[in-house]
Amino acid sequence: MTGPALVLVLTVAVLFAAGFDLLMQRSLIRVVVGFMLLGHGANLVLLLAGGAAGGPPLLGGESRLTMADPLPQAMALTAIVITFGVTAFLLALAYRSRRLLGEDEVQDDVEDRRICAERRRGSWDAPPERHDPLEEDE
Amino acid sequence: MNVLLPLPFALPLLGAALAMISRRRRFWLRVLAPLVGAGAVAACVAVLVAVAREGVVAVQVGGWAAPFGITLVADRLSALLLVVSSTVLLAIMLHAVAEGAGALERRSEPGVFHPAYLALTAGVGLVFLAGDLFNLFVAFEVMLASSYVLMTLQPTAERLRASMTYTVVSLTSSIMFLTALGLTYAAAGTVNLADLSERVPALPAGTRTALGLLFLVVFGIKGAIVPMHLWLPDAYPAALTKVTAVFAALLTKAAVYALIRVETLVFPREHGSWVMLVLAAGTMVVGTLGALANDDIHRVFSFTLVGHIGYMLFGLALFSVAGLTGAILYLVHHIVVQATLFLVSDLIQARTGETSLHRLGGLARLSALIAVLFFIPAMSVSGVPPTSGFVAKLALFQAGLGSGRPLAYAVTGVAVLASLLTLMAMARIWALGFWRPRPAEAGEPPPSEPYTRGGVRVMQAVTAVMVAGGLLIAVFAGPLSSWSARAAADLVEPSAYRRAVLDGRTP
Repeated sequence: MTGPALVLVLTVAVLFAAGFDLLMQRSLIRVVVGFMLLGHGANLVLLLAGGAAGGPPLLGGESRLTMADPLPQAMALTAIVITFGVTAFLLALAYRSRRLLGEDEVQDDVEDRRICAERRRGSWDAPPERHDPLEEDE
Repeated sequence: MNVLLPLPFALPLLGAALAMISRRRRFWLRVLAPLVGAGAVAACVAVLVAVAREGVVAVQVGGWAAPFGITLVADRLSALLLVVSSTVLLAIMLHAVAEGAGALERRSEPGVFHPAYLALTAGVGLVFLAGDLFNLFVAFEVMLASSYVLMTLQPTAERLRASMTYTVVSLTSSIMFLTALGLTYAAAGTVNLADLSERVPALPAGTRTALGLLFLVVFGIKGAIVPMHLWLPDAYPAALTKVTAVFAALLTKAAVYALIRVETLVFPREHGSWVMLVLAAGTMVVGTLGALANDDIHRVFSFTLVGHIGYMLFGLALFSVAGLTGAILYLVHHIVVQATLFLVSDLIQARTGETSLHRLGGLARLSALIAVLFFIPAMSVSGVPPTSGFVAKLALFQAGLGSGRPLAYAVTGVAVLASLLTLMAMARIWALGFWRPRPAEAGEPPPSEPYTRGGVRVMQAVTAVMVAGGLLIAVFAGPLSSWSARAAADLVEPSAYRRAVLDGRTP
């Protein structure tokens, strides 16, 4: 056994696909979950980068197996801590956003909406301050 | 020397911890934070002196030999950027503390700003010192995690929406960074930059190209290179102005630095990269056109920031000593000038309460000092002689014309055009904001209550010092460009870097 396990490779693929799909959603909680899946996927990539599993990487230890590469494990550990911290921050942000905006959705960009409204109206030349479409929409 | 090298990173981190535990004592925070910032500047200057004396300086943290342990390296490029960035960070810190005496702390949670800002300082220091890819990733995370906190200070609905975009985009690029790093490790068996520069040339060409492009995308998102720039003009203007000043001055530049480091050391190209040339031209055009199309001065400055990332990328894309010299000069000049522009817009906001060109006017009469403080960096960012922007642009144009490649000639033409467009954008602010009579629909100036008189004086003084710093870059253009040229030569021929890092490694 020299290469990484096929199951792990497939898991990475599924995690990445699901993660990116969730990132595209409007609901913040889904975005956070998507980010978590992506983080797990990336950590698995790090583990896979070390090659096949082997004996415990202890200096001076006695094992009949070839020693596993300890560096990717150390990197994955660090990356997990970072992902963990940032996920906590994202959850706090989603909570704050729900409290402040009263909904769990990514808001439209104000300017984008203004431009869309202007285009519908066909009045590109009028300065946007005169009739603010936002106020009429809501 | 070995003790000195971690200091630009360790000192602010220690300061952040101290600020965290003393976060209720405002006076102490106000003294502590600038002191730590000044200490960081001193440490960075010491690193610069050491690099000037000894060439590339490297430390193996933890005592493990090179390709396995954590390596901190400073060469001419990192030392120069360390000094410039820590100085700018200190200036913005003073600006914020001066304002904070009245407004910042009263309106926000006590003592969140200082620890987060110091952690950001630490992260920026580590980005410039990191000697391996994983450390670079950690440095970016330290820097970005504090930037998420700074971004969400005093959350309004608009700021929260913008920071969500910012956070999610940054995180996505971080995850991609981690993946690219894992793939690089799988292919080359190391993440140490010096070691990679020896092993990567042996990889198959396809693998090299794929990894190089992956890193280009990763740092392209972080550095707002068109077409991966869309998050920036949306997110930056929403933050507090001095926070935007830090972001604009350093976060994108750190990404550009990382791109320069990785592309020259690990994926060098002999004849330059046409992909990067095209991206550079696109970035210049889209950024400066965006600056012309916007009415909010923060958005105008954010778009010019995007546009000018294109110049640095142009210098890198040429892959010659001349091109890289131009890129380094541009980095230094732009860190100072872009921060100054945002600090000036903070002064404008403090004076009038407005940032929209629709409602601004008559600023020249209102405050001649602000007019002068705006005019100089605005001319500098447009590249009008004799400012620092002119020096940096001239170096780039000469490099582009000296490269002997038709595509580089074309991009040089685009760069000249983009300079003129930047000048137009700045002239628009100058004409509408400063010389037009105050429009009728302008609101009343805000109550000056949040800003103490002394605080505003300090803010003005700090901005004036930054403007003077921008002028100093032009005055000392000679020594600076000879230093940059040697830094660029080191980048093109990294044998000294390799020797400093890998000396005495276990085989």
